[in-house]
Amino acid sequence: MTDKFISIEGIARRYPGAGGGETTIFEDLWLSMKRGEFGCVIGHSGCGKTTVLNILAGLDQPSEGAVIVDGQAIEGTSLDRAVIFQSHALLPWRTVLGNVAYAVTSKWRNWDRAKVKAHAQKFIDLVGLTGSEHKRPSELSGGMKQRVGIARALSITPKIMLMDEPFSALDALTRGTLQDEVRRICLETGQTAFMITHDVDEAIYLADKIFLMTNGPGAVLAEIVENPLPKDRGRIDLHRHPLYYALRNHIVDFLVSRSKTFAATVTDYDPRNVPVVRPGKPELVVAAEAEDSIEASWPSVARPSTSA
Amino acid sequence: MTSSLRFRAAVVSIVLFAAFLGIWHLATRSTGAVGNMSPEYAKLMGLTATQGKSAMPGPLDVGAKLWEHLRQPFYDNGPNDKGLGIQLGYSIARVGLGYLLAVIVAIPLGFLIGMSPLISKALDPFIQVLKPISPLAWMPLALYTIKDSSVSAIFVIFICSVWPMLLNTAFGVAAVRKEWINVARTLEVGTVRRAFTVILPAAAPTILTGMRISIGIAWLVIVAAEMLVGGTGIGYFVWNEWNNLSITNVIIAILMIGIVGMLLDQILARFTRMVTFPE
Repeated sequence: MTDKFISIEGIARRYPGAGGGETTIFEDLWLSMKRGEFGCVIGHSGCGKTTVLNILAGLDQPSEGAVIVDGQAIEGTSLDRAVIFQSHALLPWRTVLGNVAYAVTSKWRNWDRAKVKAHAQKFIDLVGLTGSEHKRPSELSGGMKQRVGIARALSITPKIMLMDEPFSALDALTRGTLQDEVRRICLETGQTAFMITHDVDEAIYLADKIFLMTNGPGAVLAEIVENPLPKDRGRIDLHRHPLYYALRNHIVDFLVSRSKTFAATVTDYDPRNVPVVRPGKPELVVAAEAEDSIEASWPSVARPSTSA
Repeated sequence: MTSSLRFRAAVVSIVLFAAFLGIWHLATRSTGAVGNMSPEYAKLMGLTATQGKSAMPGPLDVGAKLWEHLRQPFYDNGPNDKGLGIQLGYSIARVGLGYLLAVIVAIPLGFLIGMSPLISKALDPFIQVLKPISPLAWMPLALYTIKDSSVSAIFVIFICSVWPMLLNTAFGVAAVRKEWINVARTLEVGTVRRAFTVILPAAAPTILTGMRISIGIAWLVIVAAEMLVGGTGIGYFVWNEWNNLSITNVIIAILMIGIVGMLLDQILARFTRMVTFPE
């Protein structure tokens, strides 16, 4: 296949166990994404989501397997892959501008001051922090700090943006606005993005592809959910879309029950050909079944109008 | 509210100081003629015997002598009679030199220990053994090998100020938040640039704290070292005035040692504030 921009090929991560053995967090993980796609990984804590992201970032090495990005196997970290950290990880002794400029000078070492400043300013404006350039991170709110983190990641114009639960430490309102920003920026720039989240709605709003991982240790990528909602979806009326609840119920159902029982119930699992499902689309049996079963046991869940 | 607190604290400080001076004055004042004696005998015996005055100088004696010293801090009447300013200058120069050498050695070495677990483990036994040695214990060895008392004193300052700086630098560098290091890693920042742009600013408050502890210890040690090596310096001055039985000068020297020590500490405290960042 030629349209694999990111291709994770059979990676595994094992840690030395207590009794001399090894603990396998996950193994034989295959995953691919196209250029410009937004991928979200959802799974319970301990399934190795963060490890997958760190391996993609080059901060961690897989025990087996390889990751290929844009036709090249990755080796260590790279300016092509920017990371937005959960804890924003701003350098507290630098100003907002200083933090972004640090990334800019790291990428373009021979740029002069004015050029670096202008470039950094462009991205500070993009995330809506105009006027706060000379503030230090300690003077910013949590949401503003994460905006700086986003500006810093975008300023190096990476091929991929990697996000490790970037909004989980924020309040719901701030999270919503930042999701809007990220979605707008990714759509405008055609940015390829890979994100880890706990938040089902966040994944539905942002992602084109949602990767569902089973519980660790020994976690596997259970299925890939293709988001059936239109590209121009808005956060406000997302839940009114006819396919929204089918999709949401499918994911929640997976997290609640199937993520635990997956290994025991699915016998013909092939890690290289993970089933792709499009909830709500008639040609998909898996999704339809899941929806039916939930509707039977808990009918109100499937009625969008009542909970809106 | 804070300014009024500060004001009230200042008032209490002044009252305490005045009380201290008053008690000191009362405890050391003359009690009047003790008995009849011939004026020539009295002159020989001095005020202590004739007027019941304490052998301890009073605050007025010390104040008068201090004023004399402050008016002429840099006079030089030969090896045993130099101004207080010159003596303090020698001490500060020795401390400055020894301390600077310690900074040059301790901070790069601390960086190395902090960044490399191997070096850290390998050097640990040496540091653990060398650290608790009293700096003055090195003195004979220094005098024997260096053969110069002044340089030996500088060496002693070096050896006593190196440990707090070394350990704090190593600790500060090793404790830099992983996420900041990861930021530098994802930005492909090279080792040298990472050391200067991430690790150094992140560890600077800890390093400066070590430097502040060091300057305090160095100033403590220089007095003792100069008492041993002699010749010049405030420590030598104290010992020399003790031999002269000039308790007034000893008290003045003690006061000066305290004031200079405080100033050195304040300078380092200011530097520490400059590099400290709020999170």
